[in-house]
Amino acid sequence: MKLSLLAALAMGLVAAPAVAADSVGTGILKSQCISCHAIVKPDNASLARLWERKGPDLYYAGSKFNRPWLEKWLQNPVRIRPAGEFYTKHIKGSDKEDVVDESTMAPHVKLPKADAEAAAEALMALTGPTDLLSKGAFKGEKVSMSMGAMFFNKLRGCAACHQAKPGTGGSSGPELYTAGERLQPDYIYSYIKNPQAIDPHIWMPTLNLAEPDLQRLTGYILQLSASEGK
Amino acid sequence: MKMNFGQRVPAFLQAGLLVATCFVSGGPASADGPYTQGALRNYNTYCVQCHGINRNGRGVNSRDMSVQPRDHSDAKGMGDIPNDEIFHVIKDGGLAVNKSVLMPAWGNVMNDEEIKELVAYLRFVCNCGSGK
Repeated sequence: MKLSLLAALAMGLVAAPAVAADSVGTGILKSQCISCHAIVKPDNASLARLWERKGPDLYYAGSKFNRPWLEKWLQNPVRIRPAGEFYTKHIKGSDKEDVVDESTMAPHVKLPKADAEAAAEALMALTGPTDLLSKGAFKGEKVSMSMGAMFFNKLRGCAACHQAKPGTGGSSGPELYTAGERLQPDYIYSYIKNPQAIDPHIWMPTLNLAEPDLQRLTGYILQLSASEGK
Repeated sequence: MKMNFGQRVPAFLQAGLLVATCFVSGGPASADGPYTQGALRNYNTYCVQCHGINRNGRGVNSRDMSVQPRDHSDAKGMGDIPNDEIFHVIKDGGLAVNKSVLMPAWGNVMNDEEIKELVAYLRFVCNCGSGK
């Protein structure tokens, strides 16, 4: 009896600092997010694991998202991937082309303001591996929207999978008309350059784009938010 | 035996592994079977978005594409393309063979062995011979 009491006390003493160290936001991530999202880098980066996961990885969320967008989106989640994640589980055949099977799509958890702010704070602390992004790679130069659109739509084929305007373009990738508000510039640059290095086995190809293309497409996507998404 | 490809299609997604198992002598992926489970999974991961769950070029992305993806169930169209050209297109993309940029290069995502297995899978889908 004394031993079990001691053991319980010891557990309490050990557990107490750990709980205290967890912020409110981390608690929210652990209670509401980890059933679908990885907040710690998974050991297993196989294609099978990509099929098993229910949502995008968040262990590098702090290197990916802009905090104001996170706070806003968590309070009012709007679908980012027209065909869900992962698209192949949410489509069905039709008389014409395949279509999104809405019956398979579940709404994202919606958080009250205070929880959204706390969760966003915790997510921004998850920066992932130090070599995940090419930091400072995007030079921030303005891009001609007509030139950007030509590369995005015709010359590099991005529109096959992504929407630069609501309702126009592909559905298997995330929409990009809010990407500038949503994503950090160096994340966009690094993901276009080598999606597989950030998200192993993802269904976006690595196109071996030259530096001017990477700058141009990153700039175009960032500017889309200002011109198309509002 | 000519199979009705359209009717057995749902199995590719709903019970893909079962289908693969049936065609690889009841065991795991085998070089002796018409295709490997890995090729089926790669197709369902990377190709279906444009070429469709029915393998007919009507993928969920195809609606707004200026050039329609190839119909992999088309025995005539696919039968005219030799294996090495299919391999080249998958690995290096449409531009490498003067076709559409909308077919991207997958050589950074799949290795040569996986692409070879995918070519064998496409031969199974089109039911159009060996392509050699």
